[in-house]
Amino acid sequence: MAVKPYRFALAGVAATGLLALSACGEAPEEEETGGEAEASFEACMVTDSGGVDDKSFNESSWQGMLDAENENDDIDSSYKESSNESDYEPNLLSSVDDGCDFIVGVGGLMTEDVNAVAEDNPDIAFATVDGFSEVENVYSVQFDAAQSAFLAGYAAAAQTESGSVATWGGMQIPPVTIFMDGFVQGVEYHNEAKDTDVEVLGWDVDAQDGSFTNDFEDAAGGKSLSETFISQGADIIFPVAGPAGVGAVTAADENDDVLSIWVDVDGCQSLADYCDTILTSAEKNLAVAVRDAVLAAYDGTVGGSYVGTLENDGVSLAPFHEFEDVVSDETKAELEEITQRIIEGDESLGLESPSSPAAS
Amino acid sequence: MNVKTAAEPPEAPPERREPFMTLFGRYLIEANSVMVTIWSLLLAFAIGAVLLIVSDEGVRGTWSYFFDRPSDALSASWEVVSSAYFALFEGAVLNFNTLDRFAAGTAGFGDVLRPLSETLTYATPLIFTGLAVGLAFRAGLFNIGAQGQLIMGMLGALVIGFGISAPAIVHLPAAVIAGGLAGAAFGAVPGVLKATTGAHEVISSIMLNNIAALFLVWAIGTGFLHSETRSELVTKPVDDTAALPHLLGFLGGSLRVNLALVLGFAAALFVWWLLSKSTFGYRIRAVGFNSHASATAGMNIGRTYATTMGTAGAFAGLAGASLALGINAGGVTTNTALEYGFDGITVALLGRAKPGGIVAAAVLFGALKAGALSAQPGVPVDISILLQAIIVLFIAAPAMVKAILRLRTPRGGLVTLEAKGW
Repeated sequence: MAVKPYRFALAGVAATGLLALSACGEAPEEEETGGEAEASFEACMVTDSGGVDDKSFNESSWQGMLDAENENDDIDSSYKESSNESDYEPNLLSSVDDGCDFIVGVGGLMTEDVNAVAEDNPDIAFATVDGFSEVENVYSVQFDAAQSAFLAGYAAAAQTESGSVATWGGMQIPPVTIFMDGFVQGVEYHNEAKDTDVEVLGWDVDAQDGSFTNDFEDAAGGKSLSETFISQGADIIFPVAGPAGVGAVTAADENDDVLSIWVDVDGCQSLADYCDTILTSAEKNLAVAVRDAVLAAYDGTVGGSYVGTLENDGVSLAPFHEFEDVVSDETKAELEEITQRIIEGDESLGLESPSSPAAS
Repeated sequence: MNVKTAAEPPEAPPERREPFMTLFGRYLIEANSVMVTIWSLLLAFAIGAVLLIVSDEGVRGTWSYFFDRPSDALSASWEVVSSAYFALFEGAVLNFNTLDRFAAGTAGFGDVLRPLSETLTYATPLIFTGLAVGLAFRAGLFNIGAQGQLIMGMLGALVIGFGISAPAIVHLPAAVIAGGLAGAAFGAVPGVLKATTGAHEVISSIMLNNIAALFLVWAIGTGFLHSETRSELVTKPVDDTAALPHLLGFLGGSLRVNLALVLGFAAALFVWWLLSKSTFGYRIRAVGFNSHASATAGMNIGRTYATTMGTAGAFAGLAGASLALGINAGGVTTNTALEYGFDGITVALLGRAKPGGIVAAAVLFGALKAGALSAQPGVPVDISILLQAIIVLFIAAPAMVKAILRLRTPRGGLVTLEAKGW
């Protein structure tokens, strides 16, 4: 079984050669490091499952942290990823251990843990994204996402050719179902105003019951759910499930004449490869909200709350991108008008979600 | 080692007594089970270091001009590796930042102990599932079903945890026992199937894992288990009287390590007693060594399979109880069980199916998990899974460790742990 020595020699020569080839680059000039002074304010973020690169709300919250860091040199930011809900508490606690001055917990499921840790650490400022907290040192960032989803639903109803659209969620929690409520009501309003008969699969607003993957990471499950809806005739799918929603986009990509609507961020940017199947996105501008929260915390604000709406650009409907010419000017004008009416608080639209955050 | 020399056959010519250090030195370069374990750990950390270097863009950049200025590459690599392992240590054992804050008076003593508490918290279910897999190993059975048994134990403990009301002195033991029984019942199924129909326990227990996981999803959705206050898939919380008390609660509420750890140690002690002192344990080992010989000797093989799997299932069920009544007392979700059952297999392998080894392996893996969570984002969180995988790979293949390090073959040959069920 002895390996012949010459084989070793040969392997050695080959390895050295490869290394030499790859390692012959020139050294860069010695740089004067240490120009960047140590930041005095440490902002930390704890992500929900899905990871910091989830193309959705974790990623966009992290973008907000980076924006704050860029805006103010005295702020340093870092994150810790949770792979499931039992990681929330240890991640929050080790952020406290790390000496963070401001800790953002992303995701409504984390609110209880944020509250518990915040109560134990009254000297540190906390924020919860997508949750509401009454603890004094917790800043609540919430979004009336039903507003942007309402517009998305209206646009979907205007664009569907099969007369059937679908939505499904990652988990049955208010930050998810609020999108589904708005989407369904947007379709219903279109039916009423334009006398159409578009059907929505996957969510019943009155019963508050519908289709869920029960997971934010299971793209395969999301895809099979989407394919079920497609086989039932839906030609526009609106997944509210972060990374799991990619399943809906790929299902739309593989089936002709099926489109998807992305959630939280502009899908044409986060999933650029699939832009030609993404009609639009119901955006929740987490980046701006998180950036403002960090900057406010730096200035000494502790606690309070923020609700993102169409009015303050906290939520919005993304551009149609590749479908700019497909969507009629009439529909665009109507969306404009509806946006105004939502901002004015027009109740005749029928936009009312039990998950909507109380106005601050 | 002294025992070994003493056991030399007396008719052999009187050996010259070798000095202890020579014997010890020979022991170190031998591929015996202790040294293979130690070398596996060191090799795993070395490979982890290489991967840390390769995965860091900045450091990779410095290697591209290695021959021009090697100091850059070497110092950058050392920097990234040492800081990563230091961060793992801080997250698993002692955080020096907290120690500073403790010295300055802004953190309590409990905060200093938190990394250790987290390590032991993650180790607790692994002790139980490691025992569940390890015990079955000793009978020559490969219990892949610990995950399903854990889930059933979780549900059993949960139902008693919120379903009945009683003073803590009755309620808590009842809930723990319910978890163990539920796991035992579920674990016995593959054993009974093997005994009666010859169905292989690996196949049936893998399938039962899926059944348990999907049963959990359905069960949480039912009105009986589903939380009354939250709409997502989460169960009702267990009553305070059924929750496992924190061991160090007096030092701070954030020290999550609870009574289940003590139960885990007790379970390991029990397994040690069972295997080495009891008739049942003797039967388990005999069947594990050679089932045909045991059958000839008059042992009931089928019954041993069923009872061993049932006992193993009870330990996995206790792991579930430790979660449902411990860190997840606020409500169980479909994610609560994580991969504890499957990690139990690696723990049992690393611990060589011995109770003491399993406890040590569980604490090591708990430390890796706690360390990796807290060392983010400087260290990729997957590093702990990666280290575990490499460690077990080497443990399972002692011949590879022997070949890489050119160790000597020990007297009696290499020790490989295997299930003889095939």
